[in-house]
Amino acid sequence: MPTVTRLLIAFLMTGSGALAEGPVDPAVLAGPCANCHGPDGHSAGAIPSIAGLPEAETAALLRAFRADEVQGATVMPRLMKGYDEAQIDMLAKWFAEVKS
Amino acid sequence: MRAQPARHRILVVGGGFGGATAARYLLKRDPSLEVTLVEPSQSYVTCPFSNLYLGGLRDWDSLAHGFDDLRALGVRVVHDRVEAIDAEKRQAALSDGTRINWDRLILSPGIDIRWGTLEGYDEAAAELTPHAWKAGPQTQLLQRQLAEMPDGGTFVMVIPEGAYRCPPGPYERAAMVAHYFKTHKPASKILLLDGKDQFSKQGLFQQGWKALYGEMIEWVGLSGDGQVVRVDARAKEVETAFGTVHRADVLNVIPPQQAGLIAAQAGVTDASGWAPVKGGSFASALVEGVHVLGDATIASPMPKSGFAANTQAKVAVAVILAELAGAPIPEASYANTCYSLIGPGYGISVAGVYRAEGDAIVEVPDSGGVSPLDAPASFREAEARYGEGWYASICRDIWGSA
Repeated sequence: MPTVTRLLIAFLMTGSGALAEGPVDPAVLAGPCANCHGPDGHSAGAIPSIAGLPEAETAALLRAFRADEVQGATVMPRLMKGYDEAQIDMLAKWFAEVKS
Repeated sequence: MRAQPARHRILVVGGGFGGATAARYLLKRDPSLEVTLVEPSQSYVTCPFSNLYLGGLRDWDSLAHGFDDLRALGVRVVHDRVEAIDAEKRQAALSDGTRINWDRLILSPGIDIRWGTLEGYDEAAAELTPHAWKAGPQTQLLQRQLAEMPDGGTFVMVIPEGAYRCPPGPYERAAMVAHYFKTHKPASKILLLDGKDQFSKQGLFQQGWKALYGEMIEWVGLSGDGQVVRVDARAKEVETAFGTVHRADVLNVIPPQQAGLIAAQAGVTDASGWAPVKGGSFASALVEGVHVLGDATIASPMPKSGFAANTQAKVAVAVILAELAGAPIPEASYANTCYSLIGPGYGISVAGVYRAEGDAIVEVPDSGGVSPLDAPASFREAEARYGEGWYASICRDIWGSA
């Protein structure tokens, strides 16, 4: 999908918080995830890959991290506290749809 | 037949965490762009994990990342140095006289040392008592000095106040040198002379140092007379603000820093020596059509880290693509995670999530923070493993090499 179309869809989808000053580009929101989980969620090392995971499962797991409900979690609870409901849904959808 | 529209030309200066990310993501998101990356070195050696090399836990080659994968993606990689930027003409001049025109310029020049600010510490002094704060020959020099030091010697590190690359870096380095000493020279000591009273992940570092290395590492902060005001590189001596002279067997001086020099030449730095940017785009606050990334910028509360530079690059790329397409500018989203290794199987981390608020950058309230102090050994072990996983993934995300 061309970037512009993606941006427009994101623009129509977004309904998030008062801080929002422009459309939410899911690729930007998902950008930092690649630093640990690898390009497009394909890990190169010990951190789990997240590419192609079922959307509902990912959304539920991210919410569980945020609520400190995941046993043995390390950095994810601290990171997920920085994301709201709409952002979590968008991330889950993005990684579910990423090409493997 | 219609004429092909002109391809937009993007020039990226610097092949490190910010610049190489920008080059890759520009072409990944819009293959029609003409992207040129100028980087003097044939391969980029990362500061992250260079402390592990000093600790004997990582070999040198594993820190070096070439540019073949970026070339394969279509990035024109030029191994030269940018000598001058003319922002009005939108033109850069390289050392060999070549001129490159751009529609958008991305500067990711990293840091340069502010020579002469610390008395006695100039370029000649750095050849005797390395800073090793730009990974490369300086790191290898420090490693050789540690290897040649007799058991029972003292390693002294001078740590600056103010803004510098990688806030937890000096303290991880202390731990890695301690690991090397514990393994090879157990009677040796480490003295850290610090120009400030608090440091990144302080509680975690001090807990970890003690757990793994007992009393080997001594940290002296500003109020304990830790601020070094003069270096005698030949004698391997430093003098503090209150006149105490410490003699080292190996002396590592981490000096005051500023944005990579080309940033000042381009006019994007202010009196602080760093580059102010707009928080939503990392566009220069001073020069139009120029983005600045990474350690060179004033991006507080984001730290000067490779992780941060990578996320800044992705935002800048999205903004540039939107501008070129005449589309609305997307909302910025940044994050950071810095892992530090205290010893094999003992890692700690600090994390943060950031957004733009107007031209400022803010940390999202109640997010981020450091590893818990009371965590079990399994937590430290996991963070050591994840730190290594982070390095593999981010290197693949940037240079295509793990």
